Amino acid sequence: MSTHQHNHSLFGLWLYILSDCVLFAGLFATFAVLRGQTFGNLSGSDLLHLSTLLVQTLVLLTSSMIIGLTTQAKSRGVILFGLAATFILGLVFIGFEIQEFAGLVAAGAGPGHSAFLSSFFVLVGTHGLHVAVGMLWMLILGVQVWLHGTTHAFSRRLTMLALFWHFLDIVWIAIFSIVYLLSTTL
Amino acid sequence: MNFFGTLSIDSFVQTSAVAMGAQVFVIVAATGGVLWLIFSGTLDWLWREWLTSLDHKRIGVMYLILAGIMGVRGLADATLLRTQQATAALPSSGYLSAEHFAEIFSAHGVIMIFFVAMPLIFGLINLVIPLQIRSRDVAFPFLNSLSLWLTVAGALLVNASLVVGQFSAAGWLPYPPLSELAFSPGVGVDYYIWALQIAGVASLISAINFLTTIITMRTHGMRLMHMPMFTWTTLGSMLLVLFAFPLLTVVLALLFFDRALGMHFFTSTLGGNPMMFVNLIWAWGHPEVYILVLPLFGVFSEVVPTFSHKKLFGYTSMVVATMAITALSFLVWVHHFFTMGAGANVNAVFGIATMAIAIPTGVKIFNWLFTMFRGRIVFKTPMLWFMGFVSTFVIGGMTGVLLSIPGADYQLHNSVFLVAHFHNMIIGGVVFGFFAGFTYWFPKFAGFTLDERLGKWAFWLWVTGFLVAFMPLYALGLMGMTRRLYVVDPSWQPLLIVAAVGLAIILAAVAVQIAQLVVSVRNRERLHAGHNPWGSHAPEWAPLPPVDRTHNTGVAMCIGALAFLGGFGMVWHMWWLAILALAVSAVLFILPPFKHV
Repeated sequence: MSTHQHNHSLFGLWLYILSDCVLFAGLFATFAVLRGQTFGNLSGSDLLHLSTLLVQTLVLLTSSMIIGLTTQAKSRGVILFGLAATFILGLVFIGFEIQEFAGLVAAGAGPGHSAFLSSFFVLVGTHGLHVAVGMLWMLILGVQVWLHGTTHAFSRRLTMLALFWHFLDIVWIAIFSIVYLLSTTL
Repeated sequence: MNFFGTLSIDSFVQTSAVAMGAQVFVIVAATGGVLWLIFSGTLDWLWREWLTSLDHKRIGVMYLILAGIMGVRGLADATLLRTQQATAALPSSGYLSAEHFAEIFSAHGVIMIFFVAMPLIFGLINLVIPLQIRSRDVAFPFLNSLSLWLTVAGALLVNASLVVGQFSAAGWLPYPPLSELAFSPGVGVDYYIWALQIAGVASLISAINFLTTIITMRTHGMRLMHMPMFTWTTLGSMLLVLFAFPLLTVVLALLFFDRALGMHFFTSTLGGNPMMFVNLIWAWGHPEVYILVLPLFGVFSEVVPTFSHKKLFGYTSMVVATMAITALSFLVWVHHFFTMGAGANVNAVFGIATMAIAIPTGVKIFNWLFTMFRGRIVFKTPMLWFMGFVSTFVIGGMTGVLLSIPGADYQLHNSVFLVAHFHNMIIGGVVFGFFAGFTYWFPKFAGFTLDERLGKWAFWLWVTGFLVAFMPLYALGLMGMTRRLYVVDPSWQPLLIVAAVGLAIILAAVAVQIAQLVVSVRNRERLHAGHNPWGSHAPEWAPLPPVDRTHNTGVAMCIGALAFLGGFGMVWHMWWLAILALAVSAVLFILPPFKHV
């Protein structure tokens, strides 16, 4: 049963990730079409703060490395530590994003102020929402491993979480390149 | 912050007599149904055996029941539309207001595609796929039940709009800027958004489920090129769901952000781009029509060899054609709006891609005909439905190729010629295909066949009714009649009356079909069929070892109910209700794994 179930769930998650790629593709396409439509408000080059972005990106990449290592761990303590470290780095990433969003809204550049800003907030925010869901998943797995230790089902779920988390990394790289870096040439 | 959001007593007030009638009917039917369940003592049995069941066969049957109920609603809408247009030749303005007419044609399209055609194919797929690949069930039985109940939640939201507020009047695909808050200030478009958002997620979950089932759970020794054609076409259709439905999710979410949060994706102000909506929704919408028709192509590939007593002609070319259609269907979406003015080159590319789809489709048609060639053909009802399909679908296919020529499309765009074309494809392809599959597989699940005599009556009435109802629309389209008119030019009235008569014949056909079911159940002893009444060689007909009963769970149905409440909360801006429903659903979804660690 367990190996069988393993194949199903992992395959199902891959399919979900494929469909999520299309979801982000739709948002990226929308952003690409609307990025010039600033209507006199802030444009892409005004958003670029390379230093915070570098930190934000490194935080997310490090968290991905940690969760990858965690999947190889055997003991409950190490796994809990790995999950906690990934969770905290995720929190830092979300913190940066909330700070950026709040700053923009305070500067009169909220999502309702131009088509460009709408597409920026929704694309980046959808990624942030995915990160938050991943963190909720981490909490749940943390409680499970705390209560029951490392079962077969648990290591399957941890592998799946790590896969999902790596996927969010890749999406972030695309956001970093297309939303932020390309804006310098706008 | 109002506890009831934008909902007030006035939201329950319907303005016209027809709308009030519908409101009263829904309330009476719903209360009557609930009271009957409570007092007839069937509730316990229904809950135990059906509502909480994770068995793919029962879930399949429940999908078909949902499609049947919503089909009655969709047909009622069609009746209102046809009678209005037949009687509203100027200076008469018929009996429906312009606004109400627009709501009805929007609801008709939404219901027929999302809550009739989709449940029909998911019903058939649920019933047949595990048997064809000889797996014990689907990969994720709980998610299967969840898909069903989320689809039901979407259907309930559409019907709730008859009682509280109104439905969208912006067409089955609500193009902005009309569907934006500035021009559609009511809750209609919000009902549309949330009904489809919920049903769309359900379809996506189903696609993941069936793709996993087909890829990982086939019986020992069944390689890909051994799979029956229905499994192949389902695979193609589910791949399309997987890659197309996320776009629907995106485009509905963005429209909602525009309407509720004041963003500017598709507005005509502050840089929004309405054509982005049209592009995104058709990038989903065109694959959607192949999502619907591909599984039925699979049905015909099962029916034709069985009733011709021959092997399917050209299995490999059939597989290639299926996958070619799957791939090409993503490359043609612009043909829905050549008039956008993307330029001659862009239109030419999409026009040629559209014509190219006719090639694999033609391959399929010829394969079926060659299967019949020199076969020992028996014209039982499923085979008759194939004959009905092949003779009408080809007409629809050719008018489709005609429409794919951008120059001709500029003339015919948004005319009733187009309406005739897509009804030709959907009725001729999806509906007739479903009837073929339903009659064909019915004895597998019921143990008896459907009455042949009434089945043949239904067939001839359907084909006649379809031709009488829709052929006049081709002519009217060429005469210049645009779609969605609530009043018409007097010179069009004679043909519109003919179309209304055609609808009456279709209604008679449906009545005969209901009678066929009742009569067949009554005569089930006489119609008793062995385990393989048609003498088919397909794997689903071979007897299966008894399956251990899967465990039941009411969690999926509870999440469905919460999705309905959450959607209702979103429509009426009762944010607390939406957040609460989402949170409780999440808890319900997360808790079960804690039990099986």
